[in-house]
Amino acid sequence: MLAVQRSAVVSVPSNAPEHCPGTESELAGKADACNGCANQDICASNTPKGPDPALPFIRDRMAVVKHKILVLSGKGGVGKSTFTAQLGWAFAADEQLQTGVMDVDICGPSIPTIFGVASEQVHSSSSGWSPVYVQDNLGIMSVGFMLPSSRDAVMWRGPKKNGLIAQFLKDVDWGDLDYLVIDTPPGTSDEHLSVVQYLKESGIDGAVLVTTPQEVSLQDVRREIDFCRKMGIRVLGLVENMSGFVCPGCKTESQIFRPTTGGAERLAKETGIQLLGKVPLDPRIGKSADYGVSFLDEYPDSPASDAYLDIIDKIKKILGGESAL
Amino acid sequence: MAVQETPVSRRLKSVKHIIIVCSGKGGVGKSSVSAQLALSLHASSPNARVGVLDVDLTGPSIPRMLGLDGHGVHQSSDGWVPVYADALGDGEPRLACMSVGFLLKKKGDSVVWRGPKKNAMIRQFLSDVRWGELDYLVVDTPPGTSDEHLSLIEHLAPVHSRLSAVIVTTPQAVALLDAMKCLSFTRAVALPVLGLIENMSGYVCPCCGDVSNVFSTGGGVEMAIREGVPFLGSMPIDTELVTLLDAAESTDLGAADGQHDEDSEVRSFGVLQRYQKTSSAKLLSAIVENLILTLPSVEHASVSSSA
Repeated sequence: MLAVQRSAVVSVPSNAPEHCPGTESELAGKADACNGCANQDICASNTPKGPDPALPFIRDRMAVVKHKILVLSGKGGVGKSTFTAQLGWAFAADEQLQTGVMDVDICGPSIPTIFGVASEQVHSSSSGWSPVYVQDNLGIMSVGFMLPSSRDAVMWRGPKKNGLIAQFLKDVDWGDLDYLVIDTPPGTSDEHLSVVQYLKESGIDGAVLVTTPQEVSLQDVRREIDFCRKMGIRVLGLVENMSGFVCPGCKTESQIFRPTTGGAERLAKETGIQLLGKVPLDPRIGKSADYGVSFLDEYPDSPASDAYLDIIDKIKKILGGESAL
Repeated sequence: MAVQETPVSRRLKSVKHIIIVCSGKGGVGKSSVSAQLALSLHASSPNARVGVLDVDLTGPSIPRMLGLDGHGVHQSSDGWVPVYADALGDGEPRLACMSVGFLLKKKGDSVVWRGPKKNAMIRQFLSDVRWGELDYLVVDTPPGTSDEHLSLIEHLAPVHSRLSAVIVTTPQAVALLDAMKCLSFTRAVALPVLGLIENMSGYVCPCCGDVSNVFSTGGGVEMAIREGVPFLGSMPIDTELVTLLDAAESTDLGAADGQHDEDSEVRSFGVLQRYQKTSSAKLLSAIVENLILTLPSVEHASVSSSA
């Protein structure tokens, strides 16, 4: 019935008419074979054909970024942004390293709040937009810095979002970066396709997939793994967040989000993807995010901090091992 | 202004109320609230007919939550036949469900679509599904305020007078920020808001009974007061519910309480029964009673203001 269209990889959809010219062709939507095709309008309306004019600029800008890491999860609210922030902070703890954090969640940017820079604005200079610096070596870019007020909704359809993502990659004066961590919105849609396509030439080091232990979330992560496979992105590993809760009163651990189907561990085994670690639920993580302070610096004694640092070490090792080759 | 007749308005002519469940942020419990709303509306009267439409195209969770994983959609001469969650119960089925999850060959398949494809799918969901007579259609949305939401509002414009929204949030500042964006969105498209539900508000330790505010607390009430939106209630984290909605397939937990008279294979029907036993069901049924009373007045107000 409904074939999952792989337009991003194969330009001829499986449900297309026999002589489909391909969705990326100049003739898409205009060829004789397109008459009567259910998707003719869509093809015909996608006017810009051929390579995106932004690509060479992005390549230049990204040439000085050593590692690019995507933080993905199919489901929302599993802790992508929180994890991105901890990763950013942990990288930036080394004063020799330059780190950038880019938030491509256009409709629900949380990164500014989590880093405690929600009221900042972006300045533009002759060399481009300058990111907001939380520390000397930690720059951030998010659509949250461009809204007149935090209450404003960004009601944009795909093409506008893509335009902004292209700008984030080509117009932001990131400078020389050791790490660029990219926080994404939930799902597998415009934002994800755009980031991956824009960065194809300069190469993405890999993706970290964040999940919670329940099957509902794992289901979405499986889709995300499928997405990475289709797009040819390496999966660095899985992180299981909100894994168990230690009651601050009696110190007993209980499972709020019970791993009914074996959790990330089983998924890791099934798919052969490394499980980087499990981060327990700590109410202070959410609080730190609300106040915009680094959880790792505030509560270094929490078991969650240990888990985070352990995961980050593993990621560094995976990335480091690669650059040494 | 004469309302134009479209395939969507023709199809939805027999639907009395359309409730859109939204939230700016992901993972705050939209799908779980949608599923619970549907279950409670279904239980609110012996002949209430309820539909659930899942327009979260890249991350459909409704099939799993209602125990309908693995079902497929059938085509009939009168459009797609939705999957009925209570098909195996006695009496006429009256909880219809439609999601992109039913159309996937494998549940691990990803739907990698850009906006225009999503728009077309939503239009098809609204115009081609044979809902039949419905009292309530609960629409579960993806996070954000983007293609899916704009398409939904656009296609539902001819039936705008029957639309209303419920906003779900969790108590942290980060989630409230996004809920605020969602509220701005409903105002921009003149969608009447039935109210705000604060989800994941506190967790009761099963060991010592202490309430921990895992994601802080009280933020939802404050926002509702500040913005002049009705506050529908707060739902604490209910592990029983999490497990029920997550593992709707396994009946081992439900069997433990001795109520094992229903066929254990009738797993989706089991969800309906077992849901009524959770503590969340009582909270939500109070919310639903309230909603049923306010629905006509909210919708009426939107009619008169747009006239």
